[in-house]
Amino acid sequence: MEIKTQVRQYIVENFLFGDATPLNDDDMSLLDGGIIDSVGVMELVAFLEQDFELSIADEDLVPENLDSVNNLCGFISRKQTA
Amino acid sequence: MSVGALEPDYPGLNEKEVIMCGICGVLSLGGPLGLPDGTPERMIGVMRHRGPDEFGAWRDASIFLGHARLSIIDLAGGQQPMAGPDGRYWITFNGEIFNYIELAAELTAKGHVFRTKCDTEVILHAFLEWGPEGCVDRFNGQFAFAIWDRHTRRLFLARDRFGIRPLFIARHEDKLLFGSEIKALRAYPGFAPDLDPGALAEVSTYWVNIPPLTPFAGVGQLPAGNMAMVGDDTWGEAAPAPLPAEVRVKRYWQPKFLPKAEDHAFVPEAEINKLAGQLREKLVDAATLRLRADVPVGAYLSGGLDSSATAAVIHAYTDHRLKTFSVGFADPDYDETAWQMAMADHLGTEHVTVKVDAEEIARRFRDVVWHTETPILRTAPTPLHALSGLARSEDFKVVLTGEGADEVFAGYNIFREAKVRDFWRRDPGSNARAALLGRLYPYLAQSPPEFMRKFYGTGLKDGPDLFFSHRPRWQNTGPVAGFLVEAGPAWLSESAPEERLLWQAPTDLATYGPVALAQFWEMRTFLAGYLLSSQGDRMLMGNSVEGRFPFLDHTLAEFAGTLPASIKLQSLNEKAILKRSVADLLPADIISRPKQPYRAPDSSSFDNPVGLDLVGEFLETSPEPAADLWQQARVGALTRKFKARGLSSTRDNQAFVGTLSGRILQHDFGPGFESRLAGLILAEGQIDWRNGPDT
Repeated sequence: MEIKTQVRQYIVENFLFGDATPLNDDDMSLLDGGIIDSVGVMELVAFLEQDFELSIADEDLVPENLDSVNNLCGFISRKQTA
Repeated sequence: MSVGALEPDYPGLNEKEVIMCGICGVLSLGGPLGLPDGTPERMIGVMRHRGPDEFGAWRDASIFLGHARLSIIDLAGGQQPMAGPDGRYWITFNGEIFNYIELAAELTAKGHVFRTKCDTEVILHAFLEWGPEGCVDRFNGQFAFAIWDRHTRRLFLARDRFGIRPLFIARHEDKLLFGSEIKALRAYPGFAPDLDPGALAEVSTYWVNIPPLTPFAGVGQLPAGNMAMVGDDTWGEAAPAPLPAEVRVKRYWQPKFLPKAEDHAFVPEAEINKLAGQLREKLVDAATLRLRADVPVGAYLSGGLDSSATAAVIHAYTDHRLKTFSVGFADPDYDETAWQMAMADHLGTEHVTVKVDAEEIARRFRDVVWHTETPILRTAPTPLHALSGLARSEDFKVVLTGEGADEVFAGYNIFREAKVRDFWRRDPGSNARAALLGRLYPYLAQSPPEFMRKFYGTGLKDGPDLFFSHRPRWQNTGPVAGFLVEAGPAWLSESAPEERLLWQAPTDLATYGPVALAQFWEMRTFLAGYLLSSQGDRMLMGNSVEGRFPFLDHTLAEFAGTLPASIKLQSLNEKAILKRSVADLLPADIISRPKQPYRAPDSSSFDNPVGLDLVGEFLETSPEPAADLWQQARVGALTRKFKARGLSSTRDNQAFVGTLSGRILQHDFGPGFESRLAGLILAEGQIDWRNGPDT
């Protein structure tokens, strides 16, 4: 499955409980949009570590890597090719 | 005036009769009052937990008044509803007027004659002497009462300053219904209000309904610090919906604070010590005043500062042998038993505890919702139901507790947050300023400032905002409303909870600093609507126990309002002045212990057979698909997440507990109401009809 599809699916199921409407834009900020809170960030990190087998360091925990669908996809791609 | 200064040598009033109760009534708004058969037996019976021993009623051509009473001693006088001296005025009253002795002395000096020893009669005479506004102003207590004037056909209602005692009002056909609990109104034959999705959305965002709203369509609550009159269109102002238009209201009190410049003034050490001493005296007065009872009075010990301070003051200043009660948790993450025992040992009180595990919470939860009469976003009221049950089983009908201290002395994190965020917004880009939040919330200290900014930075760049302190809470809780059917959130954006918040607000609100503003809103919303209600009055009365709150003595609160915020929240040290005022009475580690908010395990409490049964009945499917107020697709997904991996985010837990309690509420006050009521309706002959004006 394409990375973006997987990421969107996870967000919609785990944070939006099936309702994709709020996630209308792959560049929207997940935090600003109220889609995830601070604990949600932890769940997101766990998802990346499990489903994509990434190892995530403290310095990776920045909005540029985690705060939108596109940012997440970019982050995952970079980590996978690193 | 110090309590000790006035000895109770006033004849006849030297024992404070404790009357816990429920009140109710039906007033005809046109024509003679026709009551459907069994109305009094239903309305009074459904509140019998508030007063299980005596049921009184009285009526005339226009009105019925009801009263459910807990009697401790078989006294000749004191039954309710009660008539004034010439039978013109009749009262039904729930609560305590603690300064009744002093008022009675004043009234006797003016020629009033008392038949009984109780504060109910003092209210009537005070009403006669000083009129509606004059009398309520003089009451130091917790109360909700109704007085009917047979001559002018007017009904006067009043509620205490902080909302310790509840009072609900609704219009049904040509009648006005009122009562201590919504279920008393609901018990009126034919009155079956639905849950209001907009009100549910409000609870899901603000944690409470903002008065006069309640979760039920058409049912209003009289706000704290208000009086009301029915039958005089020139009195006060028209009450906003859902209070009936016939009800005219007047606010007689609200909390007051210093303007910003004075609030943040530097206070020299000597002055702080002096104020701490004055505070100590006020606390002693407030606590000892609340010992007035003809039964033993106990105290809750949470292990925290406030209840410890209350118990310590009583121990040091009275001969009262205190019995203390506390609740512990099987889950060590929530348990505070060690602190509770330390305090009990320090004071040498006779201490009893009850330990609550997950299954106990699940088992009590449905009854808890029957009592809260509103959805709740966390399970925290439930162990308190077990705690009042413990007090009851030990034959204690009255307990003192520490509620109110956090609001009055700035104890909550939301006040420290308000201070930090206010500091932050003067330079929103500053990482150093943002990092201060890490001092409040250690787990955030590991987060990069950018994340903290997003999470707590709401409103940092906006202009002046009266609700600045509460925006993060309302925003972070907000998504819970997303589980409701559309009507919920849509209502929230169209309607104006903030307008209702600003209704009756003082004109000098904009002069308050960030901490004072936060305290004001917290008292107005969280304290009255949740803490004193769902965690307070409802859990105590659910087991026929009366709570008393020394920190909500209005003279103490007024004094605290004259103290600068800089000594309440000294830097980030919460309740600093309070700690200083009782430092010599408490063990040092209770004073220095970091504040632990009282919490109970939330969704994890339902991960057992009893809990899973409830989940199955109310979450896995919609119990009332045709009338569902929640989106079952989302609720189902949340429930599957709960069962698969558990819920760790606050938001998910709030949605889970909120939806579960909301659905239980809809059922048990809807199709399930009659069967719950059936076992509570009074039998014929159980009601003592007061004989009339000459009694």
